[in-house]
Amino acid sequence: MSDTSHGTGGLTYDKSKRTWPSEMNVFLALVIIVVIFEILGQVLPYMNDQSFLFDTRGRFDSIFNEARLKIIILQVAIIGIIALGVTQVIITAGIDLSSGPLVAATAMIAMSFGQTELVNGFPNPKALFGTWAMDLPVLIPVVIGISFGALIGAINGTFIAYFRIPPFIATLGMFLVCRGIALWWSSGNPISFPTEQYAAIGAGMMPVVWFLALAVIFHVIMRYTVYGKHTYAIGSNEEAARMSGINVKRHKIMVYMIASMLAAFAGVVLSSKASTAQAGMGEFYELFAIAMAVIGGISLTGGRGSIIGTVLGAMVIGVIRSGFTYIKLDGSYQLMAMGAIIIAAVILDQYRQRSKA
Amino acid sequence: MSDEFVLKTEDLTKHYGGVHALEGANFELKKGEHVAIMGDNGAGKSTFVRQITGVEQRTRGKISLYGEEVEFGGPLDAREAGIETVFQTLALADDLDVPDNLFLGREMTYWNWLGPFRFLDYKGMRQATIDGLNKTAVKIPNIRNTIRNMSGGQRQCVAIARTATFHSRLTIMDEPTAALGVQETAQVENIVRQLKEQGEPLILVSHNMRQVFDLVDRIVVFRRGRICANLDIKSGDYTGEDVVSYITGAKTGEEYMEHAL
Repeated sequence: MSDTSHGTGGLTYDKSKRTWPSEMNVFLALVIIVVIFEILGQVLPYMNDQSFLFDTRGRFDSIFNEARLKIIILQVAIIGIIALGVTQVIITAGIDLSSGPLVAATAMIAMSFGQTELVNGFPNPKALFGTWAMDLPVLIPVVIGISFGALIGAINGTFIAYFRIPPFIATLGMFLVCRGIALWWSSGNPISFPTEQYAAIGAGMMPVVWFLALAVIFHVIMRYTVYGKHTYAIGSNEEAARMSGINVKRHKIMVYMIASMLAAFAGVVLSSKASTAQAGMGEFYELFAIAMAVIGGISLTGGRGSIIGTVLGAMVIGVIRSGFTYIKLDGSYQLMAMGAIIIAAVILDQYRQRSKA
Repeated sequence: MSDEFVLKTEDLTKHYGGVHALEGANFELKKGEHVAIMGDNGAGKSTFVRQITGVEQRTRGKISLYGEEVEFGGPLDAREAGIETVFQTLALADDLDVPDNLFLGREMTYWNWLGPFRFLDYKGMRQATIDGLNKTAVKIPNIRNTIRNMSGGQRQCVAIARTATFHSRLTIMDEPTAALGVQETAQVENIVRQLKEQGEPLILVSHNMRQVFDLVDRIVVFRRGRICANLDIKSGDYTGEDVVSYITGAKTGEEYMEHAL
C-alpha cells in the first residue's frame, strides 16, 4: 500500500516515514566539497600530493590535519554565532541586516569598559575613559555589550512588530545607525589593551567553544521549547499563529532581541580575539551570517530551517575559504565561488520543495 | 431557564455603514442538535457566523451560550468559551505537523518555570492528537507529516480534529467541503456524523442540498439579511425543492411573514 492519500491508511506515528531531513543535503554537500578539494590536492601539478584533510606528514597524533580543521572552524565561529540569531529571525520570515555593524559597535562599547590601566607599566595609550573604567571585572563589559545588543534588538523588533516597517528596511536603518555609533563612540579611534580576563574570552579556540555551546543551546530551544515552536509557526502562517492565541508582536521582539544579543556577544568575542576594537570591524558579517543560514537550507519566506543546518552552512563556508587557500587560489575567486554556491543552494532547495509537492 | 439551548441569539443585527447585512436574527440551537444555515450569496450566513465567533462586533442584539450571555472581544475569546470554528481559509501553519497545529497556542508543556523556553511535551500531544483523530474517525496516514504535504481533505480534517481534541461546546463549520473532491467530502461528512453520534452540537454553513439533507436535523434559511425559514427536515415534510423556494424567496416561513418582502 504505497498510496495513502485518502482514508486508506491508519493512524500512525511512524519514524521510518519521516522525511529525509534537509540538513542531510547540506551535510552531503559539505562532504562533496571536501572530497573535491582532496582530489584537487592530489591532481593539481603544483600541489605535490598534499592532502586537504589528512595528516600526511606526521605532524599530529591523529590521521587528520588538525591545524587545518581548527582553522576552518575558527574562521567561521564568530560569524557563526551571529548566524545562530539570524537563523531564528529568518525562520519568522524576517531578516536582520544590522548584525555586522552591531558587532563593531558592541566591540567598541564593551571593550571601552574592559581596558587595562597599565600596559607594561605605562598608562594605557588607547584609554577612552578615566581610570574608573579600567580593570573592571570581566562581567561588566560583557553585560554592557550584551545589554546594548538587547536594546538594539528591541528597537528593531518594535519597529517591525508594532510599526509594521518591513524587516529589511528597519534593520537596514539600524545597520547605518550602528556603524555610526561605532564611529562616534571613540571618535573613530581604536580601543586596545584589554584586561587579561577580557582577552581570555576569545583567546585560542574559545570562539569555537562559544559557537558550538550556543549552537547546542539554541538547537534545543528551537526544537524542544514553546519559543521555538512559536517562531516556526509565525514564519509559517502569521495569521494562523495570531488566531491560535500567540502574541505575535511580543514574540517577534523577543526573536530580534535574541538575534541582536548573539551578534553583540560575537562583537565581544571578536574584540577579545583581536585584542582591539575598531569601528570598521564586522564588515559583511551580516551577509555571511545570512549566507550560512541560506546554505544551511533555511527558507527566506520563513517557517523552515534549523540550527543544525546553519552550523553545517557555516562549515561549508569555512571549508571553501580554507580550500581555496589550500589550492593557492586568490581570495577574489573565493568570493565568486561563495556567491555561486549561495545561489546554487537556493536553487537546489526550491527544486527540492517543488519535487516534494 | 434556557439551559437546553447551546446557542441563542436575540435580535442579532449587523450593519456595515448603510448596508444591513444581518437584521434581527433570532436563532436557537439545542443540545446535540445539528443545524444547517443555507441561503444565497450575500444572504447573511457568513455575517451571522462572524458575529457569533467574535471575528466582528455586532451592531446590536444578544448572544447567549449555554444560557449565559457572552461578549466576545475577538476570535480568541470565542475559542476560550468553547466555540471552535473551521473557517473556509484554514488557519493552519503549513510547515508544522499535525500535533503542532492542533496544539498551537495551547501546547502541553513541562518545566513551566522556564517561561517562554518551557519544554514541549511532544509525547503527550502526539497521544492526545491520536485520541482526538480516533474520536472523529479522521484518517491521516502519518501525523508527523507537515500540513504542506497534505491534500485538501486531510487539511480540512486536521482543522476539524482541533474541535474534537479540545472538547468544544459548539462547532461551527463554514462550507467545509466547498473546495474538496468527492472522496474528501465523504471523509468530512463522516466526521460530522461522528460528532452527531457523540452529541456534539454543530452549525454547518453549506450550499450543498444533498449534504444538508444527509447530515442535519434542521435548516435555517437566510434571505436578504433575515432568517426566513426554520425547517425541521427530519419530519420529512420538506423536500429540496421546498428549501430552494425558501432560499429564492418564492416561499417564506409563516412565523417570518411580517418581514417578507
